[in-house]
Amino acid sequence: MFDFIKTMFQKDVNPAEIVKKSREDRFMARELINGLVSDFVELHGDRLSSDDSSVIGGIGRLKGRPVTIIAIDKGTDIQDKISKRNGSPEPWGYRKAQRLMKQAAKFNRPIITLINTPGAFPGKDAEAQGQGEAIANSILESMKLTVPMIAIIYGEGGSGGALALATADQIWMFENATYSILSPEGFASILWKDAKRSDEAAAIMGITPSDLLEKHVIDQIIPEGRHHAKIFEGMQDKLDEEFKQMQQMSGEEIVAARRARYRAF
Amino acid sequence: MELFSSDNKVDNTKIKVTDAVRDRIPDGLFLACPYCGTQIYNKQLGDYRVCPECNYGFRLQARERLGLFATDFVEFDADLTIDQTDFPGYQGKLDRAKKQTNMNESVLTGSGKIAGEEVDLGIMDSYFMMGSLGSKTGEKITRLFEHATANQLPVVMFTASGGARMQEGINSLMQMAKISGAVATHQEAGLLYLVVLTDPTTGGVTASFAMQGDVTLAEPHALVGFAGARVIESTIHEKLPKDFQRAETLLKNGFVDKIVPRQNMAEMIGKIVSMHKQEVADV
Ligand SMILES: [Zn+2]
Repeated sequence: MFDFIKTMFQKDVNPAEIVKKSREDRFMARELINGLVSDFVELHGDRLSSDDSSVIGGIGRLKGRPVTIIAIDKGTDIQDKISKRNGSPEPWGYRKAQRLMKQAAKFNRPIITLINTPGAFPGKDAEAQGQGEAIANSILESMKLTVPMIAIIYGEGGSGGALALATADQIWMFENATYSILSPEGFASILWKDAKRSDEAAAIMGITPSDLLEKHVIDQIIPEGRHHAKIFEGMQDKLDEEFKQMQQMSGEEIVAARRARYRAF
Repeated sequence: MELFSSDNKVDNTKIKVTDAVRDRIPDGLFLACPYCGTQIYNKQLGDYRVCPECNYGFRLQARERLGLFATDFVEFDADLTIDQTDFPGYQGKLDRAKKQTNMNESVLTGSGKIAGEEVDLGIMDSYFMMGSLGSKTGEKITRLFEHATANQLPVVMFTASGGARMQEGINSLMQMAKISGAVATHQEAGLLYLVVLTDPTTGGVTASFAMQGDVTLAEPHALVGFAGARVIESTIHEKLPKDFQRAETLLKNGFVDKIVPRQNMAEMIGKIVSMHKQEVADV
């Protein structure tokens, strides 16, 4: 039997340990995609300039129901990780995601996003091509989507680069994932001018799933374990159940509820 | 010059606000332009605080900018302030910022007139904790858009921000989504959202409402970007060119509609706003 974690006891949670685990290759993007949907068809490109391999997107079937699924991928081997900048999307990655999200709304397909990123890529081309604009409009477009959207953070949820794909109706997090405004290293170097004090920073930042559940930033915590197939099966059931419920709402009601969710912060 | 109505001229009452701030810097003092480096007498910057050599607009406090651009201002949520300040050192920083800027948050919001045109406007203050996006900053901006939507008004937003407010953690990030929701509703009502990018606009503000306008103006040489230049340089191991992340580069790359010197800004805003009024469209 698979159960979502409702509460975690603070004493069982070691934020620095979770930060460490969130950066390990516990789950891979393609494993998750194939674990959740069947008949996955990958769709490439933003139709404007390029195709960012760190954002994998496409269509597939969740328990028979067509869905759009978009994942940030850190890469598998060294070469792959380098070309994907360890899961740091370029603006054209966010624009591909926007394209696929709008497409999902057109065909009335629910959207699942899978997030694992240290943040949007801080590069020269990224800036020149409007990294800020790409994130800004991913968030804005997400606010207009008339279909249900569930975002799942499965590793690092790094700042605006994660929010760009996590402006959703529900946010779920894996047990050993993080979601934060900046990395504990960045935080420590601003606060104490010492990046090495990142463990201390992690402890006060409130970046663990239990902290975020308490603040209603997220809605579910997915328990981890060695039997991935069992986890994916539990996620499929829950996704199916939630989508079924949300699809009873009109597009207008879905949009209103999503905006209200964020209005509360 | 009909559009440049008398409402838009800098009258004595407006200068009064700026004088209070200006008085701290003696007229005879030399200042270096942060953009071109020219040594300028403080007095030479004039009321608009603009470099006579390159037109760079010196950073202004929100109330100074208000005095230069708007009339008939009615402030919204003046007293709104964050009460949860348990983060180490936050309360002290907040107290200092409030004292320095005569504001309770990093944005000034309200309704008023620019070049005679009725607008809802927001002015961010980079002197208030680097114009960072706190939860009450986000609340004030969200309420501004909600007010504008309810009253069928355009929104003019002067951005200036170092990005997220790290003392507020994830709540700061959530403001980007919260404001975007209000922008979307305002947009769907067919109303104009005009952004004026000022020096500096970076981080989470660039990655949300600064880049969501229907029309985007910028002050000359304003620094506008997402990631910090030092972060980029250390990531790509390369020195960045001089005008990287400057307004002129954004114009060239297609992210800004027009660069407008501060002296002409009110007139330009008035012109654009007037062309989006319902009665004009009906003619
Ligand atoms: Zn100059």
